[in-house]
Amino acid sequence: MSTSQPQRLARRTLFLASGTGLLGAALTACGDDAGPAENGEPADLDAALEEGGELTYWTWTPSGQAQVDAFMAAHPNVTVELVNAGTGTDQYTALQNAVAAGSGAPDVAQIEYYALQQFALSEALVDLTQYGFADFEADYTASTWSAVNLNGGVYGLPQDSGPLVMAYNQAVFDEFGIAVPATWEEYITAAEALHTADADRYLTNDAGDAGYAQPLIWQADGRPYEVDGENVTIDLQDEGTRRWADAWNRMLEPGLLAPIPTWSDDWWQALSNGTIASLITGAWIPGILQGSVPDGAGHWRIAPVPSYDGSPATSENGGSAQSVLQQSKNPALAAAFLRWLNHSEDSVGVFLDSGGFPATTADLESEEFLGAAPEYFGGQQINQVLVEAAGNVEPGFQYLPFQVYANSIFPDTVGTAYVDRSDLNTGLQAWQEQLVTYGNSQGFKVN
Amino acid sequence: MTTVLTEPAVGVDRARAARGRRPRPPRDWRGWQFAGPFAVVFVLVFIAPLAYALWLSLFQTRMIGGTVFVGFDNYATALGDAQFWDGFSRVFVFLLVQVPIMLLLALVAALAIDSARLYASGLFRLVIFLPYAVPAVVAVLMWGFIYGDNFGLAADLNDLFGTDVIRPFAPEWILGSIGNIVTWEFVGYNMLIFYSALKTVPYELYEAAEIDGASGFQVLKAVKLPAVRGAVVIATIFSIIGSFQLFNEPNVIAPLAANVITSDYTPNMYAYNLSFAGQQYNYAATIAIIMGLITAVIAYAVQLRGTRREDR
Repeated sequence: MSTSQPQRLARRTLFLASGTGLLGAALTACGDDAGPAENGEPADLDAALEEGGELTYWTWTPSGQAQVDAFMAAHPNVTVELVNAGTGTDQYTALQNAVAAGSGAPDVAQIEYYALQQFALSEALVDLTQYGFADFEADYTASTWSAVNLNGGVYGLPQDSGPLVMAYNQAVFDEFGIAVPATWEEYITAAEALHTADADRYLTNDAGDAGYAQPLIWQADGRPYEVDGENVTIDLQDEGTRRWADAWNRMLEPGLLAPIPTWSDDWWQALSNGTIASLITGAWIPGILQGSVPDGAGHWRIAPVPSYDGSPATSENGGSAQSVLQQSKNPALAAAFLRWLNHSEDSVGVFLDSGGFPATTADLESEEFLGAAPEYFGGQQINQVLVEAAGNVEPGFQYLPFQVYANSIFPDTVGTAYVDRSDLNTGLQAWQEQLVTYGNSQGFKVN
Repeated sequence: MTTVLTEPAVGVDRARAARGRRPRPPRDWRGWQFAGPFAVVFVLVFIAPLAYALWLSLFQTRMIGGTVFVGFDNYATALGDAQFWDGFSRVFVFLLVQVPIMLLLALVAALAIDSARLYASGLFRLVIFLPYAVPAVVAVLMWGFIYGDNFGLAADLNDLFGTDVIRPFAPEWILGSIGNIVTWEFVGYNMLIFYSALKTVPYELYEAAEIDGASGFQVLKAVKLPAVRGAVVIATIFSIIGSFQLFNEPNVIAPLAANVITSDYTPNMYAYNLSFAGQQYNYAATIAIIMGLITAVIAYAVQLRGTRREDR
């Protein structure tokens, strides 16, 4: 086979060109994308629903698929593909990568309140004010609305909330003669009494978990983070944070906290067999206990979280919003889906049936919701306790604009104190030091 | 490219011949046509990612302020980064302890199966190799249930003996617990490497040894061990690379052993968490390149030493 010289030359240039072209494409794929226009308006939403289209929705909410099916039945022109891209941090990893790569993000995604600011700040989310979502403020609890209302924009609609409450095993409390503690002082005394009476039992578990420590700090009136645009202040030794750490030390150091990680296999077993007698947890716990701890039926009860000074102050533990991504090709349709998802009775009804705890005030105040008395909780009207807690969430707690990373290095610092059963304040200081370094290296002005 | 496109004049040709030089033959591209497909894949799959990692490691991306060129700043940071060196020394200790144990066990298993004194040696070979076929993540989860000191097998043993000595997830034991899993996973694989090396020993050698009156131990020393020397070098290099890349086992165990395994437990975990949790892709690329270089140097040194011995 013989080819003439010009042809060979052409072939070689083509080879080189295609090589560099691919590399170039790979590189530009990591650059910025223009993003959709910022000038939508409320009327666009209904038009978009009418016109139809396709959406991708990332969530790990158990009722997600049922909600999507109900939506598509009501709006046959729209196809929504639900993807479970992992729970919590796993999904944020995927989402961060898609945002950094400039493509591959869904139209709508579930994001927990603590991580919302990080995504809003990296301009990954659409400000929904343009579609009139600011008018929905009155329909949500104050604490969930303030979680989505960031830097003057609305970056999502609340799906649920998780005011901090206490769940306890009445059977174990009765057996050991423990009264339901109303203050942390009483709680610590009860922890001591139970573990002394039976060395295999613990009043509660905590193996060290950032997602748990922060609601506890919040409830103790700690406000360790202050975020004002690029200016960030971190003080993990403020009065409230120390109040929590000092109280917790009194249970951690003598070994009164079961070192069982929450959500682990051991944890489920310990809840079933009464090894762990109470949980300080979010208002979403009833559905989880009913679904995954069948042996506890009839034993568990709900009470307000213990207080430091007798006031019913509480905080938010978990809870998510759904947000529209900047990468969405059809942000109006995505926003319309979101409006239906978290702001319509049809959808919230499906969510409630699955045992979720809503963020919408109308549902929280409905007679039916408040009157429910599940057998699992011995006929206790648990929602009355939970809704009351939702009204007692203390305002003013901010998360860091790099909270996902902050939580990921919690084990390296505060976690060490848990393992050694040593002073949590030392761990908190180490955590703060690393957070300040990281924040400054990311271009924030920290402390 | 300097190829002659026109036919040279006869006179010029003759003059060249007179000077004793022949005309340069036209460059032949047929070789490239065979090698081309390979070259394309090689460049895309091996060279491009490496080049991209190198490129990334020269920049710094911030949440506020965007991307800036920083030259070798990331390398300077990494070389003075205590977290990185902590992880590095951890895998180095792991390498020094776990690899010899694993390779010795594998060698003993290979010699036992090769000795022809075992009943059902095929079955043993299969059973020892089987853990290698179990995906690492599944294997680690399985061991996690065994190690669990609240409700796992470890807890049951503690109950049985009335102690609390067996705590595989305790900070002082965790590295050993991981080493145990890795050994369990890879003994079979290394055994197979050694076994195949033993299989290449010609039968005549054994026959000659027998005629010379060599004892079983002498056969082992003079025939079998020299035969597997090359395989040991290869297995050692694989194991060094594997140790430095330790990731799956600690990463899967981390949620089970709360807070015992930090985000910088091994260099690979550190790089992973930097890039995926901390969005520090540039610094993570730097860590990966430094680790790659160190691994290459150590593996090369082992290979040099191993082959020199072989020559003696």
